[in-house]
Amino acid sequence: MRCLLVEEEVHQFSNLVKALSGEDVSKCYQCGKCSAGCPIASEMEILPNRIIRLIQINSKDTVLSSSTIWLCASCETCFTRCPEEIDLVRVMDVLRRLSLEEGYRCPEEGILRFNRFFLASVKNYGRVHELGLMMKYNLASRQPFKDLGQGIALFRRGKIPLRPQRIKGMDQIKGIFAKSKPFLEREASGGGGR
Amino acid sequence: MRYGYFPGCALHSTAKEFDLSIRLSCPHLDLELVEVPDWSCCGASPGHMISEELALALSVRNLYQAERHDLTTVIAPCAACYSRLKSANKEVREDARLMSRINRVVGEEFTGKVEVRHLIEVLYKDVGLSRIESSVTKPLKGMKFACYYGCLLTRPPKVADFDDVENPIIMDRIVEALGAEPVSWSHKTECCGASFAISRPEIVVRLVDEILKAAQFAAADSIVVACPLCHVNLDMRQSQARNKYGRNYNIPILYISQVIGLAQGEAYKALGLDKHLVSPKDLLKKGLASF
Ligand code: SF4
Ligand code: SF4
Repeated sequence: MRCLLVEEEVHQFSNLVKALSGEDVSKCYQCGKCSAGCPIASEMEILPNRIIRLIQINSKDTVLSSSTIWLCASCETCFTRCPEEIDLVRVMDVLRRLSLEEGYRCPEEGILRFNRFFLASVKNYGRVHELGLMMKYNLASRQPFKDLGQGIALFRRGKIPLRPQRIKGMDQIKGIFAKSKPFLEREASGGGGR
Repeated sequence: MRYGYFPGCALHSTAKEFDLSIRLSCPHLDLELVEVPDWSCCGASPGHMISEELALALSVRNLYQAERHDLTTVIAPCAACYSRLKSANKEVREDARLMSRINRVVGEEFTGKVEVRHLIEVLYKDVGLSRIESSVTKPLKGMKFACYYGCLLTRPPKVADFDDVENPIIMDRIVEALGAEPVSWSHKTECCGASFAISRPEIVVRLVDEILKAAQFAAADSIVVACPLCHVNLDMRQSQARNKYGRNYNIPILYISQVIGLAQGEAYKALGLDKHLVSPKDLLKKGLASF
């Protein structure tokens, strides 16, 4: 008779997450404290504790196509309160990167687009130019007048410089972007080293 | 006391008044701030979401800029910059292999001889309450402030280790030293949804509404913050929270450095108090005679 549960297969996804994040999600006993304090819980279709559980039971597709991993605001409340000191933000970061690397569709297009434009600004100027970033974002999202009132109010108070500031060390910034890879393999540690 | 100063992108635009008021109030406290030469963005949340190496390298470049110019302590007034710079510093210091890998990406030889600290930590621990108190010329009598710390000033405690993680008190003590009254309230460390300000504003409006409601319930005149992202959300989304949830808010959001500057007798405009969307004019009339 064939054994249905081969250990390596069952733990494939959690082992991958562990290798990439250093976090051992098998320590989670589903107390739910992470989700209880999560400020974004009401917008999430799958709560943070369930994401961890889904990793444990190898449900890679469900996890990597969920909106939760993009809606996580990295506020660190869950990690601060987790009795097993699982660094969920580190886990979420790895899930976001895996989801991009493996070509899953991101259900939160706007968040991903904002992140990309933000980093493009850093890559081009070394700093973020908020006005350029907002205009680019609004145009790409086909809502050019979003937050226009607020934008004008900020502008009138002299808070939005028209021109970006470009730093001197741009060669170095370009080099950093060219050389950086998405993942750092790390040795599995207990509580992570943040 | 000489410190490196890492303003970060927001303090050069939407949080200009944070920068202005820091530069005005710190000299009264013998804090000399030297801007980290040619600093660059720390990468914030988008950086670590997309690449860990990128996030570390962008932070380490700035730490190296400080080290190279003999700035042994760097003050970052933005909670997000503080968190990124400090956690990157901690990670590369604790792992020599990681340090050399990131140094290769940056193309410099950072050795880890820099400390990253937040402004309120330096004010409380290095300057001290008595020094702050003795710089006061116009005590903020009768003002009730809700001190709001947000997420990354106290979390995670392995990184932000200078105050209590669930009930921080540093800013409360500082406003007390200025003669004001800190209120006790429930939302000191709730998240404002910072990184979604542009991509998912409805989430931010919901969170802002909850924070404002809690401050109102505690009968605070104003909310005092120490992070540009908290400020822009609480100040800019107030009218939307009012429209969506039907509560009547008119709560000025002030930077801790503006509040300190006011008590030191600095002028309204010089401190950038005219730059807020919710004007603090009426509030200040109530507390202080001449601004
Ligand atoms: S707080 Fe920690 S142990 Fe509890 S459910 Fe969340 S991840 Fe699991
Ligand atoms: S870090 Fe993410 S998952 Fe954790 S509490 Fe904050 S928003 Fe929720």
